[in-house]
Amino acid sequence: MIRLALPEDRDRFRTLQAGDRVLLSGILYTGRDAAHERLLLTLRGGEPLPVDLRGQTIYYVGPCPAPPGFAVGSAGPTTSGRMDFATPDLLRYGLAGMIGKGKRSPEVVAAIRETGAVYFGATGGAGALLAGRIRECRTVAWPDLGTEAIHRLVVEDFPVIVLVDSRGEDLYRSAAARRTP
Amino acid sequence: MRSIRAELVRDTVATLFVQANLHLDPALLDALERALENETAPTARDILDDLSENARLAARDGLPICQDTGMAVVFVTLGQEVCIEGGALSDAIRDGVADGCRKGYLRASVVRDPFLRQNTGDNTPAVIHYDLVPGDLFRIAVVPKGFGSENMSALRMLKPSDGWAGVRSFVLDTAAAAGANACPPMVVGVGVGGTMEKAALMAKHSLLRSAGVPNPDPDLARREAELLDAINELGVGPGGLGGHVTALACFLETYPTHIAGLPVAVNISCYASRHAEAQL
Repeated sequence: MIRLALPEDRDRFRTLQAGDRVLLSGILYTGRDAAHERLLLTLRGGEPLPVDLRGQTIYYVGPCPAPPGFAVGSAGPTTSGRMDFATPDLLRYGLAGMIGKGKRSPEVVAAIRETGAVYFGATGGAGALLAGRIRECRTVAWPDLGTEAIHRLVVEDFPVIVLVDSRGEDLYRSAAARRTP
Repeated sequence: MRSIRAELVRDTVATLFVQANLHLDPALLDALERALENETAPTARDILDDLSENARLAARDGLPICQDTGMAVVFVTLGQEVCIEGGALSDAIRDGVADGCRKGYLRASVVRDPFLRQNTGDNTPAVIHYDLVPGDLFRIAVVPKGFGSENMSALRMLKPSDGWAGVRSFVLDTAAAAGANACPPMVVGVGVGGTMEKAALMAKHSLLRSAGVPNPDPDLARREAELLDAINELGVGPGGLGGHVTALACFLETYPTHIAGLPVAVNISCYASRHAEAQL
């Protein structure tokens, strides 16, 4: 099992291979549909983003509200493909990593290869389990978006698998290739 | 006439939504554990373990199984001899959805307008389906429907000559395309016949059934089993990363249809396919 500290270990993203199991500790930023629309508009307008995402990892999640005594409610990955429209721009701007579930578009895979980024998968549907690995959750941009705002998470041993590595190797494609000889 | 207080309906709806979101249907938990017996690949086994463990943690900690606590779908079976007192039935359901959202720490996942997209803040409104029946029965069933799987659902108006083979092929194509997005091993609801909207409604309604309960019609039960086997041959597997268990259940409902048509709707649900019901 590989352990990475974020954002410090982003330079090691290029050494990861599709299928590697990784435990992430450190900082993640959340963002999903509505935040991505605003991020893209801001980037294209030449304005600074409300959070400096260069070298950071974004987690596609809209968490549940935290019950008393919890840092966050249930918080599993949402479908990444809905963020594909904004992802190549974000990667070229400097985003280093993404966590979600499901396939990415060829344009996103090409941008991952071009920029040396990595796309991780977390277990879809395991929101309660993953919430247990989140120590802090604080809203840092666009609070009007509610669950869709950008939150800064502090995670500890957050379990992921490398779905697309920096060479563009795609675990879903190799899984499909294995079952259609 | 039998009277039921609107407040009771409201409180029942709130309880059902919290229950469905926090407690995995025991039949699905069993199905996950049986699935482990059919998987040898380490990744598939790890994902199945994660999902079972997640269900245990959710119940233990009082957290929703999944952060997408869904859009509230409500099926009401209302006897003609039942009178709702103290408020409108649809308002009671709306208030129950909002109460459940607050009390269960569920996520507000609904936007007021599909174009303007402002969050309503309490998961209202619900999508409500009423079925009027003779007598004084009052049953309310809820499906908190997550959109990772809902987005992978599909409807097609087949030709009569496409027949069962066409239906089968459409169901398989839809399940294959759903892949990892639907949080497999998935649950597949299929509605065949009627009109366009009737097929979709049956597909959704079928998700109220528990895994392992076949359609009471033996011919439809056989077709469900055939579909489930064929879906599991797809190899999508847990998490979409390959394996023998792509679906935990497949439910089929049918209705008479037009001489010119064969409508088919496939409503994809995730491994947690949440549902709960109560009779008042």
